[in-house]
Amino acid sequence: MSTWVLLTITGLGLGAMYFLIASGLSLIYGLMGVLNFAHGAFITVGAYASWYAQGKLDGIGSIPLRFLAAALVGLAVGGAIAILTELVLIRPLYQRHIEQVLVTVGLGLALTALVAGIWTQTQQVYLTPMWLTETTSVFGASIPNDRFVEIGAAVVVLVGILAFFRFTRYGLIVRAGVENRAMVMALGIDVRKAFTLVFLLGGLAAALAGILSGVYYGGIDPARGTHLLIYAFIVVVIGGLGSIVGSAAAAVIVGLMQQYANYYASSGVGDIAVVLLLAAVLLVRPGGLSGAVAAH
Amino acid sequence: MKPLLEVEGLDVFLGGSHVLKGVSFAVAEGGVTALLGRNGVGKTTTLRAIMGLSERRGRVSLDGAELARERTDRIVRRGVGYVPEDRDIFATLTVEENLRLAERNGSARYDLVYDLFPELRERGGQRAGTLSGGQQQMLAISRALLNENRLLLIDEPTKGLAPLLVTEVAKALEKAAEIATVLLVEQNLGVVRRIADQVVVLDVGRVVHAGPAKTFLDDPQLIHRYLGVSGAE
Repeated sequence: MSTWVLLTITGLGLGAMYFLIASGLSLIYGLMGVLNFAHGAFITVGAYASWYAQGKLDGIGSIPLRFLAAALVGLAVGGAIAILTELVLIRPLYQRHIEQVLVTVGLGLALTALVAGIWTQTQQVYLTPMWLTETTSVFGASIPNDRFVEIGAAVVVLVGILAFFRFTRYGLIVRAGVENRAMVMALGIDVRKAFTLVFLLGGLAAALAGILSGVYYGGIDPARGTHLLIYAFIVVVIGGLGSIVGSAAAAVIVGLMQQYANYYASSGVGDIAVVLLLAAVLLVRPGGLSGAVAAH
Repeated sequence: MKPLLEVEGLDVFLGGSHVLKGVSFAVAEGGVTALLGRNGVGKTTTLRAIMGLSERRGRVSLDGAELARERTDRIVRRGVGYVPEDRDIFATLTVEENLRLAERNGSARYDLVYDLFPELRERGGQRAGTLSGGQQQMLAISRALLNENRLLLIDEPTKGLAPLLVTEVAKALEKAAEIATVLLVEQNLGVVRRIADQVVVLDVGRVVHAGPAKTFLDDPQLIHRYLGVSGAE
C-alpha cells in the first residue's frame, strides 16, 4: 500500500511538471498553430535564471525567502524570453509554419548550448528550503514534500488558466482563436496581442516547471528542458491539441504510467509504455483524449 | 454620389488559380448592392479579399481610405462588418459569448439585435454549435449588426435555410440596410429583388455587369446569360 501511495504521489508530481510545460505548448499550438520547439529552452532558461539569482541574492538570509525571490526572477526571465521569441522570431513568420518550426528548433538548440557554454553540462545544485527536502507520511509512505508543491502549483495553474478563459475578454479571444483565428480577426480583434499573451503564459508555466524540476531532481542541467519537452509533447498529443483539460488528464496518466511501469515492470519500461500509449491514442482517437482538433 | 467602397483591379490567386482577374466596382453609400454570379466565379473570394482574409493585389478603399494593405482587424475597426458564407460562429462558445466577443467599443446595440432575433436572447447560455442553421445565421448577422458599421459584407445569408427563415433573414437584411451600406452575395433572386438597389455581376473572375438591380432582374436574357437561371423566383 505504502509503495503504491509513494508511486502515485510521485507520478502525480511528475505529471504536474509535464502539465505545466504542456499547458503552454497546447495553448500556443491551439491558438497559433505553432509547434514551439523552443519551449524546452524556456524551461532551462527559467531554471538557470532562478539558480543564478539564488547565488546573487545571498543577502537574503532566509533560505525560503531567497528561494521564492529567485523563483520570481526565473519566472520573469522565462516570461521575457517567451515574449521576445514571439515578437522577434514568430511574429515575422505568421502563416509560415515550416519556418516557424525551424526557427524554434534553432532557438531551442542555441539557448541550450549557450547555457551549457556558460555553466557547463554539469548539474548545478539547487538551493532548496529544508521543508521541501523533508518527507511527510501518507498512509505509511514517506512522500517528499516537494511533490505536494508540484501538484499544488499545477492545480493552481490549471484553475488559473480555466478562470482566465472563463472570466476575461482575452480568455474569450483565445478560446475563439483556437476555434477560428481568421474569424476572430474578422470581428476587429488584433489577435496578435493574444498570441503574445499566450506565449507569455506558456513561458511563465515552463519557467515554473524548470524551477520545480530543480527541486524534484535536486539540481538543474542544460538538457533538462529538452528532456521534459519530449514528454510534454506526448502529453499534448494524447490530451488533444489545444485542450488544457485534456493536457491535464494526459499529464496525470503519463506521469502515473511512467512511475508504475518503472517500478512494477522494470526500470526504463515507463518510457516505452508512454510511447506505446501515444501510438494507441493516435490510432484509436487521433484527436486525443479531448477529441479536440485545433482549427489549423 | 461618392462611392463608399471602391475596388479597383483586384487580383487574387488561390492554390495556383487566378480567381479574381482585375475586379473593379464601386458601392455607393446607403442601400444594398448585390454581388451576383454563378457558383465559383469569385463572389466569396471578392468579399474575403476586401476583408483582407485572402492575399490580394489591387486597390480597395473605404470612403477614400486605402484598405488593401490593412490587416483584417483594422479594416473591421474602420467600420466594416462581415458575415461569412459558412457563418463561422464559434461553436464551443455560448451565444452570449459570441456576441460579447464581437463588441468593439462599449456601445454594442443589443436592443437592435434582440429586437430582430428575440430567440438569441432566450438562448444566450446555449452553445452556439448546438443552434439550428437558421439560428446560427441569426447569430452571424447579429455579430455584424452589434457595432456601428458603415459597410456590411454579407455572404449568402439565406443559403440552406427553410423558406420561413429566408423571410426572417430578409427582414433582418432590410433592417441592416437602414443602418449601413450592404454588399450582399446572394443566390436567392427573390431576396435580391426585394432588397437590392444595385447589382454587380461576376463571371469567371471578372465584372461583367453593374447597374440598377431592377434593370438586371427585369431582363431574363441577362439573368440567363450570367446566372444560368430563368429569372423566375
